[in-house]
Amino acid sequence: MLSNQPRDIENAAGLILPGVAAFGFAITALGSLAELIKQLALNGKPLLGICVGYQMLFEKSTEYGRHTGLALIKGNVIPIPEGRTIPHMGWNLVKLPKDMDLFTGCGSERYFYFAHSFYAEITDTNAKIAYTDYGFALPAAVRKENIYGTQFHPEKSGRTGLKVLKNFAELCKRQNP
Amino acid sequence: MLAKRIIPCLDVTDGRVVKGVRFVNLRDAGDPVELGARYSQAGADELVFLDITATIRSRKTMVELVEKVAEKVFIPFTVGGGISTVEQMDELLRSGAEKVSINTAAVNNPTLITQAAQRFGNQCIVLAIDARRCPEKPRRWNVCVKAGTQPTDLDVLAWAIKAEKLGAGEILLTSMDADGTKAGYDNQLNKAVSDAVNIPVIASGGAGKPQHLYDAIISGGADAVLIASITHFQNYTIEQLKQYLKSRGLPVNL
Repeated sequence: MLSNQPRDIENAAGLILPGVAAFGFAITALGSLAELIKQLALNGKPLLGICVGYQMLFEKSTEYGRHTGLALIKGNVIPIPEGRTIPHMGWNLVKLPKDMDLFTGCGSERYFYFAHSFYAEITDTNAKIAYTDYGFALPAAVRKENIYGTQFHPEKSGRTGLKVLKNFAELCKRQNP
Repeated sequence: MLAKRIIPCLDVTDGRVVKGVRFVNLRDAGDPVELGARYSQAGADELVFLDITATIRSRKTMVELVEKVAEKVFIPFTVGGGISTVEQMDELLRSGAEKVSINTAAVNNPTLITQAAQRFGNQCIVLAIDARRCPEKPRRWNVCVKAGTQPTDLDVLAWAIKAEKLGAGEILLTSMDADGTKAGYDNQLNKAVSDAVNIPVIASGGAGKPQHLYDAIISGGADAVLIASITHFQNYTIEQLKQYLKSRGLPVNL
């Protein structure tokens, strides 16, 4: 379900932070819910950030100004380096690490849909990262304990993308039997 | 490596998909939701829905269409046609579109591009350019607005460069001279624009056979190719087109 009500958010088995927006607009729109989501995630509720929602998991972003994120995972959101077409737009091949449960049953590499000009430079040593190649190793997905994020859009990535969302729903269920 | 995209374009009027030649002589090509779902299953990388009527009434129909499409289509899709405010974009994006495309309104008010980019992010904003060759000058194209009916003095190259600076995330570049002819894309135009900007360029207008797609990518420098006639009337499948590009060594999501 889609909600901005604190009670719904507290009662949910897991949370998805979606995103089609610029970073500053998105984090401002979240307002006081940002702190609630952060506390719930720190207390073990599964959280999946998508695109800008994924970028908000990190500490800071420089998209149209300087903005502070949820700081659940160490790293900063910075522009994709010049010398290639920007935005990074379209289907790119992601190498899927075996030990990332978001990708269970998806195989060793799959195409996912990306649309972004900024990316997360992840410095958190406790984070598992899946990469895609865009002339450099670009982080495509992350997991730190119960906190998950994808730079790509699983909801727009056809059958494989739906499988990723299903995997997230499954692990939410396991967490809340 | 980023795959080259094949993007079917569905021109919508009165709730039906139509396809013409050089923007006129429209022919019925089916129901937009059904055709969109079929393309999504057939392996299209993205879809574009263009409201070619673009009246107040048709805009409301477009929002309903976007909601229906979003329920059945799990690939990204862009919506365009008559969009002139950030509020209209917000409504379409909330209804399930991944991107919005603007054309006439951006020419009339270029700051609209910046306002939209700051709110939704550059990646959401597609600038559609309808380009017509200037008869007097070689390698010069003029921007046409109002669904191609109104020529302007605006130089396509200058406009593309300016739009990128203002925050456009992608350019949907249609050659009005080639549109619907199935004689191939205008790759001089595609090359000139893709060399001038750093954002992705979608080549549009003229695809009639698989080789044309390859040429738009290799000779035209396009990141993606828009198609309509070539697949709407079942001459080719998306898979055949992708197999062809793959056999010529291009990365595709197959």
